[in-house]
Amino acid sequence: MESVIGLEVHAELLTRSKIFCGCSAGFGAPPNTNVCPVCLGMPGVLPVLNRRVVEFAIRAGLATGCAVAPSSIFARKNYFYPDIPKGYQISQYELPICAGGHIDVVTEAGTKRVGLTRIHMEEDTGKNVHDAHVADSLVDFNRSGVPLLEIVSEPDLRTPGEAGAYLRTLRSILQYLEVCDGNMEEGSFRCDANVSVRPRGQKELGTKVEIKNMNSFRAVERALVYEIARQEQAIADGERIVQETRLWDADREETRSMRSKESAHDYRYFPDPDLLPLAVEPAWIAEIRRTMPELPAERRARLEREHGLSAYDADVLTQRKDVADYFEAGVRAGAPAKDMANWTMTEILRMVRDEKLDEALVIRTWPIGPTQLAKLIRLVTTGVVNRNTAKGLLPKLRGTELDPQELVRREGLAQVSDRAALEAAVRDVIARCPDQVAQIRAGKEKVMGFLVGQVMKATGGKANAQMVQDLLRAALAQSS
Amino acid sequence: MSALHDLSLRDAAMRVRRREVSAVELTRAILERIAATEPQVGAYLTVCGDEALAAAAAIDRRLAAGEDVGRLAGVPVALKDIICTAGVRTTAGSRILERFVPPYDATVTARLREAGAVIVGKLNCDEFAMGSSTENSGLGTTRNPWDGTRVPGGSSGGSAAAVAARSCFGALGTDTGGSIRLPAAYCSVVGLKPTYGRVSRYGVMAYASSLDQVGPLARDVADTAVLFDAIAGHDPRDSTSSPRPSRALAGSLEGGVRGLRLGMPREYFVEGMQPDVERAVREAVRVLEGAGASVESVSLPHSEYAIATYYLVATAEASSNLARYDGVRYGLRVANPGSSVGEMYAETRAAGFGAEVKRRIMLGTYALSAGYYDAYYLKALQVRTLIAQDFTKALAGCDALVAPIAPTTAFRLGEKTADPLTMYLSDIFTISVNLAGLPGMSIPCGFDGDGLPVGLQLIGKPFDEATLLRVAAAYEGSTDWHQRGPRL
Repeated sequence: MESVIGLEVHAELLTRSKIFCGCSAGFGAPPNTNVCPVCLGMPGVLPVLNRRVVEFAIRAGLATGCAVAPSSIFARKNYFYPDIPKGYQISQYELPICAGGHIDVVTEAGTKRVGLTRIHMEEDTGKNVHDAHVADSLVDFNRSGVPLLEIVSEPDLRTPGEAGAYLRTLRSILQYLEVCDGNMEEGSFRCDANVSVRPRGQKELGTKVEIKNMNSFRAVERALVYEIARQEQAIADGERIVQETRLWDADREETRSMRSKESAHDYRYFPDPDLLPLAVEPAWIAEIRRTMPELPAERRARLEREHGLSAYDADVLTQRKDVADYFEAGVRAGAPAKDMANWTMTEILRMVRDEKLDEALVIRTWPIGPTQLAKLIRLVTTGVVNRNTAKGLLPKLRGTELDPQELVRREGLAQVSDRAALEAAVRDVIARCPDQVAQIRAGKEKVMGFLVGQVMKATGGKANAQMVQDLLRAALAQSS
Repeated sequence: MSALHDLSLRDAAMRVRRREVSAVELTRAILERIAATEPQVGAYLTVCGDEALAAAAAIDRRLAAGEDVGRLAGVPVALKDIICTAGVRTTAGSRILERFVPPYDATVTARLREAGAVIVGKLNCDEFAMGSSTENSGLGTTRNPWDGTRVPGGSSGGSAAAVAARSCFGALGTDTGGSIRLPAAYCSVVGLKPTYGRVSRYGVMAYASSLDQVGPLARDVADTAVLFDAIAGHDPRDSTSSPRPSRALAGSLEGGVRGLRLGMPREYFVEGMQPDVERAVREAVRVLEGAGASVESVSLPHSEYAIATYYLVATAEASSNLARYDGVRYGLRVANPGSSVGEMYAETRAAGFGAEVKRRIMLGTYALSAGYYDAYYLKALQVRTLIAQDFTKALAGCDALVAPIAPTTAFRLGEKTADPLTMYLSDIFTISVNLAGLPGMSIPCGFDGDGLPVGLQLIGKPFDEATLLRVAAAYEGSTDWHQRGPRL
């Protein structure tokens, strides 16, 4: 059997104001404070489209090779729910703003092109709040009218792993475009999955099931693994798959039936008569195209080419735009590319994760500035400090604007490369450790490390490790 | 000297500006007139006397300080109760909004206030503007001031009745399928339905968004033009409002009709019309010819599909527009809302909406349903295009069209309430104009044998309200129908 997966992503846009009114689209305000008659759907109010939302949609479309429609239409999606104030949601249905693009996803099996059916704009709904302390349910309309892009893929994905890679790539693109912060936990990057299974080689699609309620990449992959297994088992047992919507229960690690197609909504879509068809002039598209940023795939290729990085390193560094920016700033400040890449990927990203700085779209408060790190790396490559000493300095540099060289001087940590001093220390260690010396002579090379460690200890960790090695070997050869 | 309430809107405004009469005096006079006529007419759902007197006093203070207070300075006007007024309840004639107080003004409300008008009250209408007699109001009965056993027309029945009763100097109504023009005709006042997009709909509770348009009702053509100038023009809060600037028309009604070409749609003079109505309309056309207009016959071949088209487009939009009245955030919520949110919706809407509104919501819901959309809603949109093209062709050869407003004069209260389809035919001559988005106007052109008013309809090219007002002014100058008032 093979599985067939298509994904629908809702990306909340980083506009300052909502899609049809001037209210703030910011996250986290007290309930019902970012609201006005328009986003509350009061009697008589009318929507006015936010131009910035259209620009963001076009940016997303251009970045994914979509055709931008010269004329697109807003529709009403009619259904009753307490969190939709008008009794309908304004969305796009026929004639969306973007259609027919693709995203190239790097998977273990190579690069895979995933088609995009469409990208359209819509308004978010409010949020029902079921407070245990009050008998009634309450509604918070702060999110009502916050702009969303819905990005619908073709059913081109075959495995949960591909689905995960697609989502990461898509999120990365949206972050590069600075249109969405991609935060799944806060709901600004939400995903529904359509999945079906069929015998390998069969052309027709099996009956599809929609899975909702997945709020992390891990949840998406786990839910797909579960659902594919469930469908394969059902077919093996001779059951028929019913078309339905299922919810992912992350605690119980299973999908659960939510509603079947029979009880599915008839949304009664029709063109919203309060909004004129949206005309996008070619000049506007051209203007947006001129200001498009470099996208992750282009940047990955450029880092490999310009800095000689491995494909793996380039991939890690370009998943986030701010990380790639950090890396390049360090290189510009004089750090060798390979060293800057290593330090960024290991030490810096670990600190960023520990301090949860990566949850924002852009990391503005790096624990250590790229120029600072570049200087520190230069201290290692020029032999002023050894690598271990440099690592030990990171906590002291964190959150400061200290010059690493200044810090080394102040703390007296400069590497000891004084030949006479090191020779004395080597002689002393050889004299103190006759057993280990004998073992090395018997061929146990590993014990060498112990002797190096002893010398380092004697010099307070500041000894030039390479010189210690060389001197030790010379001394052992001489006295044998 | 006649009573203050008998003045024209222009005279009243001029006297306030010259400080011959204070805005407070004028407002008191209208409040007294309301008190005197309301027992017979029932046009008002809400009289906001305190707010009106406070606004009038503010106008007087500003006048005393030498400020320019606008063309409508201190003149009491009233609004169809579907137009939002901040702090004053706005019900749409519906029990579901019986106690709804908007926190904001509609754009037209704000523009009237800016022009110095004093808003004295809110006028009865068919619930959510659905109807042709104002009998669908959930909150009160309005009677025709000319005959208390007759309907005032609808849906802006309160607006027309109040203007006819002289209990305000002018009023705003809305017209989705004839709702300004029909009651204007039935009550013998002037009513203008502007071009779609000429007047902002912001803050006007929507019935059918692609057809609704706000317009003025007044005692004569010049007063109508003054009100129109106050409310017309682009509004950035209404995406469907036209960006094209609106030219002030109140000062340019002269010029007459000499040399103008008027078209008479053949399809609007049909069997079954009340003979007195046809006679009055044909006589009015002769008067215009006598004033120098040339009149020719034109054809609007798709007229017979207008009613069916309208009841698909309008109800489809209404079914969606009225979904927000669900008992969740404002308005009525039934005392025992059941055990689920679905039951709460159903119970609230069942109790809050009247029969006609429910009928139209169901019709519209059906027309938009999966599997029926193409056959009904989409087909209606296609026919709508044909109807609009009829007008484009007819108006290519002439400056305006002249036609009757309705096949009959005002019918009796209760006469058609049991038969909605018969009621729908009242709008047979007005509905196409909304489908085409054109400006239309009703002016008094006579009376039938029972002394009931007859209206003449003028239909113009898009954004050419100027020609309509000019033709209307020329006609008015040759007749005295508009000077007659009901005995109250």
